[in-house]
Amino acid sequence: MKTITVNIVTPDGPVYDSEVSMLIAVTATGEMGVMPGHVPTVAPLGIGAVRLKKDNSTEIIAVNGGFLEIRPEKATILAQSAERATDIDLARAQEAAKRAEALLQAKNADTDFKRAELALKRAMNRINVYEGNS
Amino acid sequence: MASLRDIKNRITSTKKTSQITRAMQMVSASKLNRAEMNAKAFVPYVEKVQDVVASIASGSNDASHPMMITRPVKKTAYLVITSDRGLVGGYNSNILRTVMTKIRERHTSNDEFVILSVGRKGKDFFTKQGMNILESATALPDHPSFADIKEIARKAVGMFSDGTYDEVYMYYNHFVSAIQQEVTEKKLLPLTNVEATGSTASYEFDPSAEAILEVLLPQYAESLIFGALLDGKASEHAASMTAMKSATDNATELIDGLTLSYNRARQAAITQEITEIVGGAAAQE
Repeated sequence: MKTITVNIVTPDGPVYDSEVSMLIAVTATGEMGVMPGHVPTVAPLGIGAVRLKKDNSTEIIAVNGGFLEIRPEKATILAQSAERATDIDLARAQEAAKRAEALLQAKNADTDFKRAELALKRAMNRINVYEGNS
Repeated sequence: MASLRDIKNRITSTKKTSQITRAMQMVSASKLNRAEMNAKAFVPYVEKVQDVVASIASGSNDASHPMMITRPVKKTAYLVITSDRGLVGGYNSNILRTVMTKIRERHTSNDEFVILSVGRKGKDFFTKQGMNILESATALPDHPSFADIKEIARKAVGMFSDGTYDEVYMYYNHFVSAIQQEVTEKKLLPLTNVEATGSTASYEFDPSAEAILEVLLPQYAESLIFGALLDGKASEHAASMTAMKSATDNATELIDGLTLSYNRARQAAITQEITEIVGGAAAQE
């Protein structure tokens, strides 16, 4: 079976490097599936889970923004942060989600709603990936 | 001549100091190792981002972005990376001197530029000079992660985009080797000459090249700042290590000298005692 090399790189170092048969990511325009031999593409990513299919198993990685660069035999995800399900600090993510929710609900005029919303999104994404459903 | 006890006290205290500096040297050496590893882990990321930016910028499509356009300069920002603490030899003073020289060359009044400062030493210095510090980040950990610097990087890029200033220069110590660090000036924004490090391919853009640049360029600029910080941290630990090594060497030298005069004083005291006894015995006869 043909495979494609997937690299996930963050400023703090590489997170993932392996051969997979299919990669599914959430881009700015919607979900996108990438298989070997894809036409060279660059697409920005949203906050979401990246699913990597390999033989019969699927690995899920939480990716916060960044973008996806695809070449026929290689795909690279460049994100400011990315975590494998096993590396996620669940307690911290739940804490962050609570904090962001409280901020959003308090409806203070001086809160940065967009940022709080993004923080909530990131935290929820981490929790989802940790629990194994994307 | 100082008394025996005085010399002895000085020897003890110098020895204690040298123990501390030696310990600090070793701590810096191990931190330097980590810092070098961090800097290495970062390289693949920045190279990749740079490749993609370069291939979009050099592509046939005429995609453009405000961050890539040079505009008339009304205000300049200087992003200066220094350390939080002293005991690092000439690390901070070299950078600050270079920045001051450049500022004096380019500007006549304090209104023409702003300072973005990373590290407490730089912040203190520019405050004392009465310069306008727009943003500052202090108390960064020894091995910063991207999250630690994200805030100031985002603001630095954001204020360029909203027109607070029209160009950004970055100053940091580039790590050459454990005994050599070089003050480096880098023009951060606008991004005018991005060169590819590897092969570039022509890409499809989803949804459009402009939309990609929108995401990519701030990320690229922020990653350059982070890269400079990692480089600066490695230099800081190297400078601290060298400074502590020479402090230890100096202390050892000092102890040698003091031991010599201690022995001389001891001998003189003994000689004097013998003379007194002999003199006393002679007087008895």
